Amino acid sequence: MARQAPRSDLLFSGSDWNFATLSHAYDVIEAVAKEELRLDVYPVQMEIISSEQMLDAYSSIGMPLMYRHWSFGKHFLRQELLYRKAGRGLAYEVVINSNPCIVYLMEENTMALQALVTAHAALGHNHFFKNNYLFQQWADASAILGYLDFAKGFIARCEERHGIAAVEAILDAAHALMEQGVFRYRRPPRLSSERHREGLRERLEYEERSYNDLWRTVPRLVDDAKPDESGASIAERKNALKLPEENLLYFLEKNSLILQPWQREILRIVRVIAQYFYPQRQTQVMNEGCATFVHYTIMNSLFDRGRISEGAMLEILRNHSNVIFQPAFDDPRFSGINPYALGLDMMQDIQRIVTEPTAEDRDWFPEIAGTGDWRTILLDAWANHRDESFIRQYLSPALIRKWRLFLLSDAANDSFYSVASIHNERGYASIRTALAQKYDIGASHTDIQVVDVDLLGQRHLRLQHKVNDGILLESAGCDATLRHVHELWGYEVSLEGVDAQTGVTVFERSSRQLAGSP
Amino acid sequence: MPIFIDRRLNPKDKSLGNRQRFLHRVRADLKRSVQEQIRAGKIADADGAHAVSLPAKRTSEPRFRDAGDSGRRHHVLPGNKHFAPGDRMPKPDRGGGSGSGSSPGLDASEDDFRFVLSREEVLDLFFEDLALPDMVKLNLKEIVAFKPRRAGFSASGSPTNINIARTMRNSYGRRIALQRPKREEIEAILRELARIEADEPGAARADVAALRAELDRLERRRRVISFVDPVDIRFNRFDAQPQPNANAVMFCLMDVSGSMGEREKDLAKRFFVLLHLFLKRRYDRTDIVFIRHTHMAQEVDEDTFFFSMQSGGTVVSTALEEMQRIIAQRYPSREWNIYAAQASDGDNLATDSRHCLRLMDGEIMRLCQYFAYVEIIDERESEIFGSTDNGTSLWRAYLTVKERWPNFGMSRIARAADIYPVFRHLFTRQPAQQRK
Repeated sequence: MARQAPRSDLLFSGSDWNFATLSHAYDVIEAVAKEELRLDVYPVQMEIISSEQMLDAYSSIGMPLMYRHWSFGKHFLRQELLYRKAGRGLAYEVVINSNPCIVYLMEENTMALQALVTAHAALGHNHFFKNNYLFQQWADASAILGYLDFAKGFIARCEERHGIAAVEAILDAAHALMEQGVFRYRRPPRLSSERHREGLRERLEYEERSYNDLWRTVPRLVDDAKPDESGASIAERKNALKLPEENLLYFLEKNSLILQPWQREILRIVRVIAQYFYPQRQTQVMNEGCATFVHYTIMNSLFDRGRISEGAMLEILRNHSNVIFQPAFDDPRFSGINPYALGLDMMQDIQRIVTEPTAEDRDWFPEIAGTGDWRTILLDAWANHRDESFIRQYLSPALIRKWRLFLLSDAANDSFYSVASIHNERGYASIRTALAQKYDIGASHTDIQVVDVDLLGQRHLRLQHKVNDGILLESAGCDATLRHVHELWGYEVSLEGVDAQTGVTVFERSSRQLAGSP
Repeated sequence: MPIFIDRRLNPKDKSLGNRQRFLHRVRADLKRSVQEQIRAGKIADADGAHAVSLPAKRTSEPRFRDAGDSGRRHHVLPGNKHFAPGDRMPKPDRGGGSGSGSSPGLDASEDDFRFVLSREEVLDLFFEDLALPDMVKLNLKEIVAFKPRRAGFSASGSPTNINIARTMRNSYGRRIALQRPKREEIEAILRELARIEADEPGAARADVAALRAELDRLERRRRVISFVDPVDIRFNRFDAQPQPNANAVMFCLMDVSGSMGEREKDLAKRFFVLLHLFLKRRYDRTDIVFIRHTHMAQEVDEDTFFFSMQSGGTVVSTALEEMQRIIAQRYPSREWNIYAAQASDGDNLATDSRHCLRLMDGEIMRLCQYFAYVEIIDERESEIFGSTDNGTSLWRAYLTVKERWPNFGMSRIARAADIYPVFRHLFTRQPAQQRK
């Protein structure tokens, strides 16, 4: 590096930035990242935006393209209020998992911050997106922007044709089921290409054009008690339903009898977007930890080589320590475990275990302690873990002691919490397991499935909620969401809560009981 | 080498459509919330930004969520200082301080959604379906009130506007350019011909023929190239300059006599503040004249009007006379749209009420676009009088006015909550106001 610095070795001086400096900084940082950390990244597209645009980007869940919906406006107003009252600073960056990887830089940032963001987002997050197995299998980075473009246009056309209110009703209902709109266990099909979607749409439009109302009036062969159903097709359809089904949105999209084709397409759009974000929700600690580890390592390395001035480094460190601040549980600022802090600490801890292990580390991590090559270990961890497995595998006793982690157990009918484990020999394992459990989305998400649908008679849709550890559903939200399911299904919907351990029915709600449902 | 894209010049407000959808969705709630606030609180505060909160359930996006108050769960927390396994920690009270940090993992309940509406937005919501009656005249007046102002010259126009100097200058220029023969040239030739004729009649035929030909040519040219041609004519051009005209003047008449107690004054005050806001909202330029009266009337400023303690007997007609005087002095009805609102408890001498009637019939109602009378009555009276035409002498006198003049409105107020409905009743946009 040093040999190619012509006049001054510094990458930049002062706080102003310009495109030449940004570009040069990126090249140097990328070189360091590849040389020291062996990162492997998508090509990068950096976009300079203003703070208002950052607010805009923020309120449409960080995506550059998004369809219109009032809830995004609500988020905007909330964010704007917080921002105006200086209750919260804006994020310095937004990064999008796409190919090329899009990074937003705010124009207000100083050059030192831009360098930090470049290392953090354009290399750290980027590497993680490209190499982590969840993203590779579940999210389609190359197709997402094209798909969002299609979704935005499609929904805008629906609004033109069917009215904003009709589209809004479907979107509201679909958003309510977003968390139940994800395939958790089988990989979703790849997003179809633009041409394929175009073909589908053309076929749909052709069908609409060539629809002749006359056919509706042709007398049916089957008797009135079983409209639309002949014996053979019932069996066929029940087979095709593949119950139980965990993906409620998918089930409704495919099987609801009352939805128009465009309404199904909207459900599909919401479902695809939920699926796209699913890996991100499972890898918060790792993703942020990876990016933070990368920027910390790169910035220090640049400083050691004399490429960053002491002043700039101080600014970088101050921002860095703000990001990884973790207050204790009794601090008024405490709001849960900071994924940046936990991720970074774990990764640095792995570095330590690999290079300078203690006897305890050798006991706990015989495979990696003292092997010396922390880069390979980290690259492997980044590629092959999600939060839950990462913590289960790598949270060390030393780190539990450093964080002074402890485990509280909380039963709803007790008037006190009791301390189950603390950071001592007997507690390490249970704390580690409990923390890993907390990050396991599969275990912590509310498990609601379609278990039966009575297509012969009332078309009664039965949902089942597996009640784990006696944790019930919050009733107002549950009723409102059921109402939305009812809107999409069109016939009676009921939700049965079944205790996961004993199989006993704990509660039952039906759309019939809900006040105000049609 | 990354790709750089400078998006700063891209249009911002990408989420504008989303915000509009959100505001549209909650508009009814916002409106109710704003009106509630203004009705319940101080009306004078209405003229500002409002923090409006919407109930969380109106803006919430429901989903299946775990209930915080059920089941058994575990929390992993950082920062243990002195706990040992088996220690117990009391739970904070329900809804108590989450800031104590000892209520880990409980789902944060969604707060009511609060945001600040600007003054404009508040008033827009508040006055959405109100308008001063008889807007037609006002609109016409605004369009008609032009004053012509000279704006150079034009090639077309009416004969009265011909600008002679400019026309002659054009014609002179054209005559020079086209070389129109001057009268002197022709006269010189005629003189020459006459001289030749006189000197030697019949001699030098060729000479004479040449001169005659020249004379013919010149005269033909003079006929073809006119002295003033239509293309020379210029007209004075006038631009219709819109005249900034003061649109409306509002007279606020209030009885501050002894019979008007604090409650009555307060109600009247609220009515006027509402009216005041309404006018400020609706018209670019409005003048407001405050007249209060006891046994004599006087024009005062806003502060005195609302806050002074002066008191005395009651002669309502003095206020009307004062109003008439001010109109004559400062607000000629040709140029001003005149509105008036009067608040009183209706307590007046019978003879004076007849005088009021004469004043109203005689001149005031002809000058005014609209005259609103609100009578402030006791809450118990409201049950008696609410639906009848009986009432004080002033009320009965004004009933007669109401029969004769369509641009007169009257109503009774007993409680603060009545103000807004009455205000709406008096000022609701009317489909087609038929003037007599």
